[in-house]
Amino acid sequence: MPEAAALHLAAALDGAGWHPAGWREPGARPGDLFTSGYWADLAAEAERGLLDFITIEDALGLQAASRYGGPDGRADQVRGRLDAVLIAAQLAPATSRIGLVPTATTTHTEPFHVSTAIATLDYVSSGRAGWRAQVSSRASEAAHFGRRELPELRPGAPGRPAGRADPVVADHVAGLFGEAADAVEVVRRLWDSWADDAVIRDVPSGRFVDRDKLHYIDFEGRWFSVRGPSITPRPPQGQPVVAALAHGPLPYRFAAAAADVVFVTPRDAGDARAIAGQVREAERETGRAGPPLRVFGDLVVFLDRDAGVAAGRRGRLDHLDEARYAPDAAVFTGTPGQLAGLLLEWGEGLDGYRLRPAVLPHDLEQITRGLVPALQRRGAFRAGYPDRSLRERLGLPRPASRYATTAA
Amino acid sequence: MTGPVEASPAKQVILAAHFPGVNNHTVWSDPQAASQIEFASFEHLARTAEAGMFDFFFLAEGLRLREQRGQIHDLDVVGRPNTMTVLAALAGVVTHLGLAGTIQATYNEPYEVARQFATLDHLSGGRAAWNVVTSPDAFTGENFRRGGYLDREQRYQRAAEFVQATRELWDSWPAGAIAAGPERGVFVREAPPGAFAHHGEHFDIAGHFTVPRSPQGHPVIIQAGDSGGGREFAAASADAIFTRHSTFGAGREFYADVKSRLARYGRVPDELKVLPGASFVLGDTEDDARERAHHIRRQQVSPQTAILLLEQVWNTDLSGYDAEGPLPETDPEPAAPSIIQGRARQHADPMETARQWRALAEEKKLSIRELMIEVTGRQSFIGTPAGVAGQINRFVQQDACDGFILVPHIIPAGLDEFVAKVVPLLQERGVLRTEYRAGTLRERLGLGSARPAAAWAAAAQPAARATGSSALAREEQVHA
Ligand SMILES: Cc1cc2nc3c(=O)[nH]c(=O)nc-3n(C[C@H](O)[C@H](O)[C@H](O)COP(=O)(O)O)c2cc1C
Repeated sequence: MPEAAALHLAAALDGAGWHPAGWREPGARPGDLFTSGYWADLAAEAERGLLDFITIEDALGLQAASRYGGPDGRADQVRGRLDAVLIAAQLAPATSRIGLVPTATTTHTEPFHVSTAIATLDYVSSGRAGWRAQVSSRASEAAHFGRRELPELRPGAPGRPAGRADPVVADHVAGLFGEAADAVEVVRRLWDSWADDAVIRDVPSGRFVDRDKLHYIDFEGRWFSVRGPSITPRPPQGQPVVAALAHGPLPYRFAAAAADVVFVTPRDAGDARAIAGQVREAERETGRAGPPLRVFGDLVVFLDRDAGVAAGRRGRLDHLDEARYAPDAAVFTGTPGQLAGLLLEWGEGLDGYRLRPAVLPHDLEQITRGLVPALQRRGAFRAGYPDRSLRERLGLPRPASRYATTAA
Repeated sequence: MTGPVEASPAKQVILAAHFPGVNNHTVWSDPQAASQIEFASFEHLARTAEAGMFDFFFLAEGLRLREQRGQIHDLDVVGRPNTMTVLAALAGVVTHLGLAGTIQATYNEPYEVARQFATLDHLSGGRAAWNVVTSPDAFTGENFRRGGYLDREQRYQRAAEFVQATRELWDSWPAGAIAAGPERGVFVREAPPGAFAHHGEHFDIAGHFTVPRSPQGHPVIIQAGDSGGGREFAAASADAIFTRHSTFGAGREFYADVKSRLARYGRVPDELKVLPGASFVLGDTEDDARERAHHIRRQQVSPQTAILLLEQVWNTDLSGYDAEGPLPETDPEPAAPSIIQGRARQHADPMETARQWRALAEEKKLSIRELMIEVTGRQSFIGTPAGVAGQINRFVQQDACDGFILVPHIIPAGLDEFVAKVVPLLQERGVLRTEYRAGTLRERLGLGSARPAAAWAAAAQPAARATGSSALAREEQVHA
């Protein structure tokens, strides 16, 4: 069980909420999903609730009812998304404490661009930036770039075993995670490529920077090479927080090698313990140095003051969607007080939770106005925002640059 | 070309504020110079521009730190934030000001660029603009997995196809595609939305775009590049052209040239705005302004910078020379590998430039530094507020341009005085708005509503057949 007051809480924002029919609930704002005001209101609510950070989902392709599939014919679900990094950037001046963790892919987006974008988000937010690094495995997304072909992950291709049991697919996925680790490595080296004190503005010598404090990163890997240094000075946190969602040993190893925070999907308290064990095992296997991964359990939540109302809401939305909602993470329906109990009960091995509101803004408000006070009453959540940077809040020290010792 | 008729309403002056960056124009050594990275600096300049009723804010971009003599160039400002991230952050800080970002067509892909600008357009309520630049250099490409080399001839073809593909992506969701009607359970009117397919020479892409049609339909397209290829690309594809031609005579010639290219693409002169980059120095009197201008020039050209600027023409190591002494007697070495990397070429004919500079230095008895102060980047407008307002207005009314992208020499306060003193005079003359009306950047600039991608493609085809790409390439060599 986490120490009192040490539980971390994040909210995962995506469209109108995580249930595919969530946008049809009264109180949802489906007509506003592509406006700045919508996101500003959600971020303000999350910040009022003192949450550690928000994540913003993204993908370089349309949402689909099937996890691995390409675009489908469903007109009754939310389709379309804005760029998550830019949403986060817009939220930065409008907020002051909450961490901002947008998703960007490691598969298609240039690591150089990701590095400067997240470093800049860190400047704009004064040290509250993170990056949720995500592989993009869908063949349909690769076709948007036309630079490489990815195999279909859709189960049931004729004469082949389903999904990830297919050796072609397994190989492909392993490659994507290998490439993702390289992409994160490049991003991190670029963040370190300027010493914190590289800008000297020395008038007598006429020098703006001390070029001995700028470093070529000279990364050469199997998939790409990047020379550096970054065009953007080292960000306020030094290394903004890197997060990854992981459902099994391969992505646990990716997270252990590359991330600061891992989002996992336990089904119950025992599973949470088991997963935490696997994450620690992955850390040993990859020889992780530095602070251990912060492990966050992901839960989709339907919250109401009356547990029956929450369950009824889920049933109603499942009925509208004509399918039982079966996401990758466990689904909780109940009262905020019950959820507080569950979070504490599952907490062994977990540092906190990333809660996915089933319906926005309703379930987010239940988190900030119901769950958070309930946890505070139990002494399991902060009463304010004592720390400025996101790293500090997560108990991660500001690291020295990897190039600091080699500086001339 | 006839002069302005008294009775006709005056042309409105378009004004943009350029955040100054990584060249010696930006004075960092002044005690008042603030951070080039902290958001507060960007916020200050944007708020000032909005107070001054400017049309848009502008960010340049360079994706590799410049090098000279094989080392990172350390005398100018070094480093900049990510363009799109800063603009998105500014979207919520200023409410009317347009937000223009320079994004390379070489180190990006249409799907991502289309997404980013469409997102910025949504988040800003229709204020996004993209300055399309093309760099053919493998040096910058070393920072990117796709590398960077394109031959000179190919880069505007790729840029044109890039913009075309981007427009197709922007058109992939029709207006009103989102019903968001909970009662009937219809979120999108057609599923899946955003279908596109572009099969071209440089891009072969297909699938579905994720961003619904943005307020402007197509964010404003700006082109920066002065060569024949660049001008033709602007005439075929852009809403505005950012040019270095900021003197009156060169401006009028440039203006007439680019506007005359439009008819070939079925466009009228008002559909392409000509916006030179310009700097300014104000004073209480003309003398005062000249004195301030000279002081700023000395700040911009330190002794060390003077040698480096000279090296850019001589293309050889001149670090042994004294900046306060005379010019080298040896000639430039234009055939040697370029001594400077990561920056667009500034001098087309180094031997000729050297000849002119020698003559000038001899005539006026100038040291290297004094010469560099004289010949490189003198401020465009120097004078009293009334004088500068008058000059700006003259340029616009007499068709040397449609407005200016103003580049202050210092951050963050470099535009404050202009907004306090020159803007009211332009407003008095009735050539600059006194308040913002509702509307998108496109509307504010007097550009029509976005023309569909298919219409752009159709208009470009007969012209491409008529000129032929080899003719374009020849012309480019002449202008380069
Ligand atoms: C006024 C102006 C501003 C420019 N700004 C940028 C810039 O911010 N980033 C960049 O990479 N290139 C910039 N360029 C360079 C152009 O993209 C292009 O590479 C260069 O002008 C050479 O093209 P040209 O031969 O058509 O002139 C700029 C060019 C001009 C004329």
